Amino acid sequence: MRDQVILRVVAKVTVPFILVFGFYVITHGELGPGGGFQGGVVLAAAFILYGLVFGLEDLEKIIPRRLTDAMAGLGVLIYTGVGLVGIFGGYNFLDYTPLRLTGADAAESWGMTLAEYGVGITVAAVMVIVFREVSLAATAEK
Amino acid sequence: MAFFDLFNYWIFIVLMMIGLYTVIVSPNLAKKVIGLSVFQSAIFLFLISLSKVRGGAVPITVPPAELYSNPLPHALVLTAIVVSVSTLAVALAIIINIRQAYGTVEDDEMEKAEGH
Amino acid sequence: MSEFLLVDIVLLSLLIVTSVSVFLLHNLFAATMVLSLYSLLMSVVWLNLDAADVALTEAAVGAGIATVLLIGALVVVGAEERKHPRMHWPALLLVSLTTAALVYGTFDLPRLGDPAAPAQTHVAPEYISQTVEKLRSGQPVAPSDDHGDYESDNFHGHVPNLVTSVIVNYRAYDTLFEVAVIFTAGVSLILLLGRRESESGGGT
Repeated sequence: MRDQVILRVVAKVTVPFILVFGFYVITHGELGPGGGFQGGVVLAAAFILYGLVFGLEDLEKIIPRRLTDAMAGLGVLIYTGVGLVGIFGGYNFLDYTPLRLTGADAAESWGMTLAEYGVGITVAAVMVIVFREVSLAATAEK
Repeated sequence: MAFFDLFNYWIFIVLMMIGLYTVIVSPNLAKKVIGLSVFQSAIFLFLISLSKVRGGAVPITVPPAELYSNPLPHALVLTAIVVSVSTLAVALAIIINIRQAYGTVEDDEMEKAEGH
Repeated sequence: MSEFLLVDIVLLSLLIVTSVSVFLLHNLFAATMVLSLYSLLMSVVWLNLDAADVALTEAAVGAGIATVLLIGALVVVGAEERKHPRMHWPALLLVSLTTAALVYGTFDLPRLGDPAAPAQTHVAPEYISQTVEKLRSGQPVAPSDDHGDYESDNFHGHVPNLVTSVIVNYRAYDTLFEVAVIFTAGVSLILLLGRRESESGGGT
């Protein structure tokens, strides 16, 4: 589809905005509708748009396979790490109290934001993996 | 107006049964998966209908309101939606493999085909 | 009749029409497009039922990702369904009996929007009141390592979005394993369809 001028230009212009919107949805999940799952899917949508318009080889150049595989595991690791911080601080698993990094009552906010980022990173990576694998099967079929 | 009090539930039942009928009757595996997706969305409709409170607001406490809709079923359905698309992806991957092994994804043709 | 009910009835009728047409279409590309429309309508229904987070998720996931996946898979699998008879009497009988049993069951369910329903009075008022109280008082929590600060308040989620606080704080343990399930789905995809340079295609 890269020989369609409108698609190419619009995709190139809108992908950064979609990425910023995705991070916005993850970060402001506590203040309005949103959160890790929604933001992760929006982030994946940006990469899928790029893959659909420019092809899978270009997608491989900007987000190689090793990176998506690593990110899928990294998100689960971040979430579990936040849980373990609770244990190392002397409380229960997934207790956010030791995360009082910027003031006494910011622990909840920090814990929840980190957990949401873990969720968002895994969801985004898995959606890109799924898209890539199915598309590779589809192009190899032809 | 008892009809409108329970209308959501009856529509949910009809949608669920349409999805179930699609799964039972279609010999094509991809059509079955599509029917399953219709079925799942109907179940989520049921859970969200249970959480609605008349006169309630969206469960976000800024701007403040007196009554909020119940946020617990929303949490259930939210994770269920993303997990459902993950299972859809795995189901499609299995169907792709079946196609490559048998050359078809229709039920009865698979029984007659020579596969692995 | 209130606007909520009017919008609800119109959208739910459209949903029935859409799902019937998903069943009747033979061309699976068309069925996928109508399924994406079904997801979008469902997302608006949920927004009407005060579920903002869920509507956002369904619009992104159902109308976006699921459609792309299905179309990609249909390119491999073949997009024309073989014509088969639409009426299958045993299945129709089963479905009708199940419908009758479920409709009989709905007469015991609480009315739509009833504030005194068991679902609204069990645990949810506690979560909601804790969040609203803490946000309204605005007083900083006394810094201390002792959990005695929180003794009147067993749960710690105090952010405006109640659904996020339920997911990541009150029920964080469940969400951890949901994320693990999503990760497992990604790994399964790689194993089932993985094309690495040295191997020759998926399966086997």
